[in-house]
Formats: sequence, C-alpha cells, structure tokens
Amino acid sequence: MHQIKTLSNRIRKNTGVDSIRCYQCGKCSAGCPLAGDMDFTPNTVMRMIQVEEKETDKKLLQSEAIWLCLSCEMCISRCPMEIDIPKVMDFLRQESLKEGLQNKSANHNIIPFHQSFLDMIRFTGRSYEIGLIADYKLRSKKILQDITLAPQMLMHGKLPIFPKAVKNRKNIKEIFKKTNML
Amino acid sequence: MKKKLGFYPGCSLEGTAKEYSESVVSLSEQFDIELKQIPDWNCCGATAAHNLNKTLSLVLPSRILAQAQKNEMKEIVVPCAACYNRLSVTQYELLKNDQLKATVEQAIDMPLNTSIRILNVIQFIQEYILPEIPEKLSHTFDKKVACYYGCLLVRPHNILKFDRPESPQFMDEIMQMLGAETIDWPFKTECCGAGLSVSRTELVGKLSGKIVREALDRKAEAIIVACPMCHANLDMRRPAIDQYLEMKTEIPVLYITQAIGMACGLNERQTGTRRHLVKVIGNYFTKTRIPVENNENNPITVEEII
Ligand code: SF4
Ligand code: SF4
Repeated sequence: MHQIKTLSNRIRKNTGVDSIRCYQCGKCSAGCPLAGDMDFTPNTVMRMIQVEEKETDKKLLQSEAIWLCLSCEMCISRCPMEIDIPKVMDFLRQESLKEGLQNKSANHNIIPFHQSFLDMIRFTGRSYEIGLIADYKLRSKKILQDITLAPQMLMHGKLPIFPKAVKNRKNIKEIFKKTNML
Repeated sequence: MKKKLGFYPGCSLEGTAKEYSESVVSLSEQFDIELKQIPDWNCCGATAAHNLNKTLSLVLPSRILAQAQKNEMKEIVVPCAACYNRLSVTQYELLKNDQLKATVEQAIDMPLNTSIRILNVIQFIQEYILPEIPEKLSHTFDKKVACYYGCLLVRPHNILKFDRPESPQFMDEIMQMLGAETIDWPFKTECCGAGLSVSRTELVGKLSGKIVREALDRKAEAIIVACPMCHANLDMRRPAIDQYLEMKTEIPVLYITQAIGMACGLNERQTGTRRHLVKVIGNYFTKTRIPVENNENNPITVEEII
C-alpha cells in the first residue's frame, strides 16, 4: 500500500525530535515571548503535529507562527520533556519553503529579509548593512521604512560606507553551491 | 609579556556595533592583551541561515573555525552573543556526528578539528580582565543597573553550559565589582526580538519595550548588555520602544566592556559611547567623578564614520 509520510514522521527522521512525547503541559507557550502574537502557540504547533492529518500539516506549514519564532530557545529550556521546538520550527520553515506554502504575511517581510541576508553573505562573505537594507527594501517594497534611522546611524559611524568582503570569494561561492543555496 | 588571543569580531561589530568592537579592543589594550583577528573571516550566517538552510548554518561557522585552526589559534574571543552561539552549537553538532563533519569539511574544502576554545565576552572578562581589575580600577561605577543577558549567551544551556539559564549572575558580579548596584529582575533572559528588528519592527518595539519598562520600574539607571543584537534593539530601536510604551524613555544601554572601560579610565572615544543613539550623559562615577561629556561638544569625525 502506498504510504504517505506525515509531517510528524519527517520531523522525527530529520531532526530526531519525537513530537508524540509532548504531553501538552503548555509551559513552552507560557514562556514564549511571542505566543500572544502567533496564530498557533508553540504547544498548539506540537499538538497539530501529533494529530497526523494532511490538512492540519498543511495548515501548520502555512502558518505565520513558524516564521515569527525567534529561536530564543525559551520553550526548550523550560519543557519538562526537553522537546526541541526551535529545531522543529527550523525544519517547518524549510519544509514550508520547499512546498511553496509560505505564509502570505511572512512572505512580505520576514522571509525576504532572511533571503537578503543570505544573498549578502553569498556575494561578499559577510553581511553588510547598507547593502542588506537596500536589498530588503527592494524585495519587500518597503522603501520608506527606517528612512529616519539611516542618517542617524550614518552620523554615528554605524553604517560603514564601503563593504569589507572576504578575500577568498570563490570558497564562499562554492559553499553556497554545495549546500544547495544556488 | 603580552597575551595573544584569537578574535572573531563578526559582522555587527564592523557596522552597527562598532562601539562594542572599539570597547573590546581598547579594554584589551589596557589590560595588555593582543586580539588577533581570524584572517579572512566570514559571516556566521546568524538567524537567517538556520531559518532557511540547516546545512549552510553549520558550514558557515565551520569555515570560521577552520580559518582559526589554520592560523594555529587555540582560543578565540567572540564578543557577539549570536556568533558565539552559532560557533558553539556548530562545534557541538560536529563533535557528535562524524558523517556531518565530513560533509562540512568537503563543503569548506578545509580540514577541521573541533577543539578550539570559544570564549564569549563574559568568559573572556572573567579569565583575562577580572584578575587585574582591582589594580586598574580608577573610578567607582556609582549607579543602579539592570544586567540584561538575552537569549543567545545562556541558551541552549546543555550545549553552552554557561552561567545559570534562568537567573544568570556573572554580569551582575562583574558590575558589582565595579561598584554598581544590580537589580534583581525577571527579564534577564527574555528575548528582545532579535532577528525581527528590520522585518517586524513593531514586535521588537513591544518585546524590547517590556524589557525597558521593567528596568525603569525597578529604578535602574542603565541597562548593561553583552550582545550587539540586544544593544541594537534596546538602543537604536528606541523610537519603536517609546511608541509602544507611549512615553519618552532615556535610560542608556551600555556594553559590559564599555562599563568596565569607563571604570578603568578609558575615554569616550575608546569606549565608543558617543555612537549610541540614546545618549550616555551624566555622572556615572564617584571617587574622581568624571562626567561623561555631552556628545554635541565632541562630534564624531569623518574618519570615525568611515
Ligand atoms: S513544554 Fe514541552 S511537553 Fe509541555 S506543551 Fe510544550 S512541548 Fe509539550
Ligand atoms: S524559540 Fe520560538 S517557540 Fe520557542 S519560546 Fe522562542 S519564540 Fe517561542
């Protein structure tokens, strides 16, 4: 019989985290700084993985919560079962991208920012703030954001005008190629 | 004889957190320590890499460690808490997985042994600065302060094994040595909003706003940090914080290295306090009482900007 791998299965295989061990005590959400802003709180995310239904899996991959997660690790440090939610969140984000299910709102701000950041590293080996912000503005079409902050930062010497790049650029390019980032 | 240590500044310290770099380097000079940058270092990938691509998030820090190893560095100082976290987690993951290590070595095209000692700024201070402090201290830091550790310095505790995960004390102890009174408060390790600073500024205003409000409520006169992301969010994002709190707040945010530097008589050019957006003005010290000058009388020069 054809077997469809549930999200729960894939998480276990790829991250080693066994979602079924979560007993819904809610400590993760109690400590999570963004629980109140997420469409699904961290313990709800765990519960959704546990039900192993295709529709629920999809809902989760489309959620904003997985992109809002700050990887602050508060949840795992308080979880009595030591469930690595941040690791699960990392995996969910990557799955969401792979399946093209990115949350619409995150696709306008959080995701383009991460992409701009990685592109900066790909081209210079380092992250360079003026370039990063310019690139992000183009991608997110938020041209006016932070327009008042930039001159202040410049005056305080916090935005170097010339980027400093890694000399061995070839090595960095190779790294991105080998990790499938091209 | 001068002590020599490897040094990984990371991208923030070359840009938004230039004053952190200045204070770390000046402090080291003051204490006769030479920090040698890892040649041709790259970005650690920060949050973006592990959000989007797990392998890349391990490979980028590995290249840094390999570069350090190639230059025979056994110990590296990593003042940025985010970089410290990424480097430590990577080393931990590679140590327990030979196959992963082989993949990474192939990607960076360099061999890697995983025995480099990675010191965060507090460990660096404890080991190399504190023993000499009684001798070098020229002023008493006469303020009530809130030591704010953030997430990346203390979590994940099972990997970093640094201080206490819920109510860390090391920064408090250092500040007390300088003469400051440290407050006991529940926000020591709450997240400031970190990587969402540009993409979701209003959320950062809220999370960082709660931190600033709690520090003010408990009568702190300065917030002490050890992470450039915490500093950026608490200092540069003050307009968003003030908007969330519906009031104008003026509490300055100092890097721990700036606080020590000031107490050891470094000037504001050396500590970089003039670069803050929330001004550091007023008397911080008794004993010899050097008021921190108002920035307007001492503008930043063009060379310092570039
Ligand atoms: S703290 Fe752990 S066990 Fe409790 S609900 Fe969260 S993930 Fe489940
Ligand atoms: S790591 Fe993510 S889910 Fe866990 S507490 Fe932090 S923000 Fe919440």
